[in-house]
Amino acid sequence: MEGLKVSKSNLVVYIHPSQSNQVSKAVLRELSTLLFTYDEIFDGVVLAYYVDSLDKCAKVLPGVYPYFGVNLKVNMLLFSPKPDMLLEGKVEKVTPEVIIVIVLGFATAIITEKDIRGEFKFTMKHGVFASKYHKRHVIKKGTMLRFSVKSFDEEQIYVYGSLVPDNTGNIQWLDKNLEVVSHTDRKIYRSTKKRENEGKPLRSDKDALELSTVDTPQKLKMSKKQKVREES
Amino acid sequence: MGQLLPIVNEYLSVMEEDVEINDLQLNYYYRDTLLAGSDGGENYAELVKCLQPKKHLKSHDAAQLLTTLKSLSEVVSYIDPIQHESLLSSLSRLSLWDYAPTDRKYDAAADIMDALLELIVSLAASKGIYVDFCLELLVKHFVPPKYAFEFLKNENGVGMKNKVLSRVHAALKHIADLVPLAPLRLSPIVVHSMPKRFAKEPEIVMYVENMLMLESGEIGEIVGGTMLPALVDKLIELDVEIGWDGKLQEDAKCIFAMEIQDFADFEDDDEKYYSMCTTELLNRNNLQGNQVAEKLDSLIVLTFLHLESCQSKGRLAEVFDILLTSFKRTVLNTYKSKFAQFVMFYACALDSEGCGVNFAMVLTEMFDSRVNPPITRMSAVAYLASYLSRAKFLSSELVANIIQRLVDWCFAYCKLHDFDMNPQAHQVFYSACQAIMYILCFRMKSLMEVPRLKVKLIKMPMELIWKHKLNPLKVCLPSVVEEFLKQAKAARLFMSAELFIFDDLLEADLSKAFGGINRLDMFFPFDPCLLKKSESYLRPHFVRWSKVRTTYDTYANEELSDSGSEASDDDFVDMNAKDMNDYDMAGSVEAGLDFDPDLNKMSITPKSMKYGFQAQTEGRMPSNIRLSTTTESFV
Repeated sequence: MEGLKVSKSNLVVYIHPSQSNQVSKAVLRELSTLLFTYDEIFDGVVLAYYVDSLDKCAKVLPGVYPYFGVNLKVNMLLFSPKPDMLLEGKVEKVTPEVIIVIVLGFATAIITEKDIRGEFKFTMKHGVFASKYHKRHVIKKGTMLRFSVKSFDEEQIYVYGSLVPDNTGNIQWLDKNLEVVSHTDRKIYRSTKKRENEGKPLRSDKDALELSTVDTPQKLKMSKKQKVREES
Repeated sequence: MGQLLPIVNEYLSVMEEDVEINDLQLNYYYRDTLLAGSDGGENYAELVKCLQPKKHLKSHDAAQLLTTLKSLSEVVSYIDPIQHESLLSSLSRLSLWDYAPTDRKYDAAADIMDALLELIVSLAASKGIYVDFCLELLVKHFVPPKYAFEFLKNENGVGMKNKVLSRVHAALKHIADLVPLAPLRLSPIVVHSMPKRFAKEPEIVMYVENMLMLESGEIGEIVGGTMLPALVDKLIELDVEIGWDGKLQEDAKCIFAMEIQDFADFEDDDEKYYSMCTTELLNRNNLQGNQVAEKLDSLIVLTFLHLESCQSKGRLAEVFDILLTSFKRTVLNTYKSKFAQFVMFYACALDSEGCGVNFAMVLTEMFDSRVNPPITRMSAVAYLASYLSRAKFLSSELVANIIQRLVDWCFAYCKLHDFDMNPQAHQVFYSACQAIMYILCFRMKSLMEVPRLKVKLIKMPMELIWKHKLNPLKVCLPSVVEEFLKQAKAARLFMSAELFIFDDLLEADLSKAFGGINRLDMFFPFDPCLLKKSESYLRPHFVRWSKVRTTYDTYANEELSDSGSEASDDDFVDMNAKDMNDYDMAGSVEAGLDFDPDLNKMSITPKSMKYGFQAQTEGRMPSNIRLSTTTESFV
């Protein structure tokens, strides 16, 4: 999985004078406020930190409250997904419209219908996305999924993902059948590329509607009047 | 429409003129409507109209609403916050409470509620920007609309309430599953949406019920750390709203002419007592104050019940830690908090070995710590004194150990500060001295009965402290000093050649002049709780002054009957364990004869007959020392 990085940082933590008797605790408390929030300076969401060294000399700030700045070196584990990176997570919900994935147990990733490659088809009967070419390649609740990052909402910590690339899908299945996938999907990939080059979206909303109304196994039930007409 | 109920299907089939369509097709219809946006014409307008709350929902409308909600939840990713503002606005106005009353004719209300919640959950998970909106929508349901309170009073009210709230909390859990960081956002929303102190009692009580449900629910691990402190803050907010310090100013002249009241004369006349208190209450507190007290009382009881449930689930220690942090942050430093602190007391009572001891130790540490400002240390020692005196569930061993620590601290202070009396400069010291005396007023007898503890008490260098130039006996609260000396004399402490060392102080009738303007202003936080409902929970764990066996009582009895009490400390503990309700610290003496706790609300109050209570001339120790208190009962 990509999107994780360790960053070594030199920080100055300003401590309130009332905390002077428990500096270590105060520093940790201050660092903990960074957890699970996106920080522009670190360019990522802080997942964990490790105080590498704590400078024993602190600089006292002049002012009404003489805060003192403690210098420290911290190793930080950051979650910083960028477009086209491959992330992994556990599928929490599958609907015809969206797949919701939880990444690293804290970040929500959304993969909408239009970002799921045509190979996958939602079956109403089982409530899962299944590959048209590989029957065992199924995406359902609980599946560990690999997907690519489309965009990342830093403020809300939401990942918008995509299952368009071939190397995305059910991790368990991909690990077992990676070569087969690359071989069989080559043709599909070419045809997809061709369609893209022609300037047509993979599955436009209208296509999807047509597909559903024409090709879907769940054909629309005709009205009773129509049935009667046809029979007559 | 295979997923819909048959009855709804029936209505729908009529609506669609016998044309059957499947879910997928319907979803695409709504998707196209959303894609067309707010300028999309009639379809969008019809969609918005369908979601608008209606007073009387006909079966046809209900079926349409149900279908719309279900289909929208399948296409939420097409909802745009700007383009579909009117749709979101309509959605926010829908309330589950509107569908909660059961209607026998049409029973799809539950389905509508489920569909609405499904839509909210799907919306929250679809885009990050909707999380707060959806959480606010759900939190809004914690309290029903005003008209729905009437329904709640009906016999089906509880069912209706459960129907809505169980769904709301399940939806919150569902959102937390899909958006793991949502609970972190939920906490501030819940705290921010708390009803203000002016809100009516049922409203605020119901909201707090929900907060406690969240705390003990599945996402309690994340939000619990916020809910309880927020509740304690609300208790404090209401507590300080019940002001009586203003009244005190009126009686300021009388403060130094304190006396001890005894309600013994009213033992046989409860009604008279109550009526008089009520009259006084009405005279001194306006209706607003009374309502606030009732709100506070209900919230404290709710918290007590929550603590009990936590104990039964084995998570009291965890909750206690949160409460303790909150206590240290707000309650401790609130000027003369009157009732909020009883939450801590009750938590300690439920787990005397764990929380009970822990609380005493934390208070001692806070007093001992030089890092804390003097005001915090004084407050901590006041809490400690009151807690050790009033908590029936604490062992004498613990009390003796803490007294030892306080005495050691005072002794060390005396050695370092060889100055004359100065209450302002040595506030912390005088507070500690007063705490020692106050605890001993309540506990001296029980400590003296255990030989081991008696020796320990005698060996403490208290005499040197009282005789020090700082002169604590002249600064501390006169009634406490007087009672302490009285008991010490009876217990034969501080004796020199058969003479009581402090006899001159005791007999010089200086009590009213003790301290003078330098008198130490103190309060005892665990004085009897004046809130009626809360008091009934505290009663079994609470020591009232009227039930305390004093040393002079016993010695007087011994002289009369020549038959010494054989009760020991162990007996005391066993006795408590046996029957908390019937006995207390002095349960072996006259238990049950004058049990009515309200009759024991003795207090040091300005010398005045305006309450109708006769002054008691025997000079007994007050159970309710409240310098700034003239109120006896609020409810």
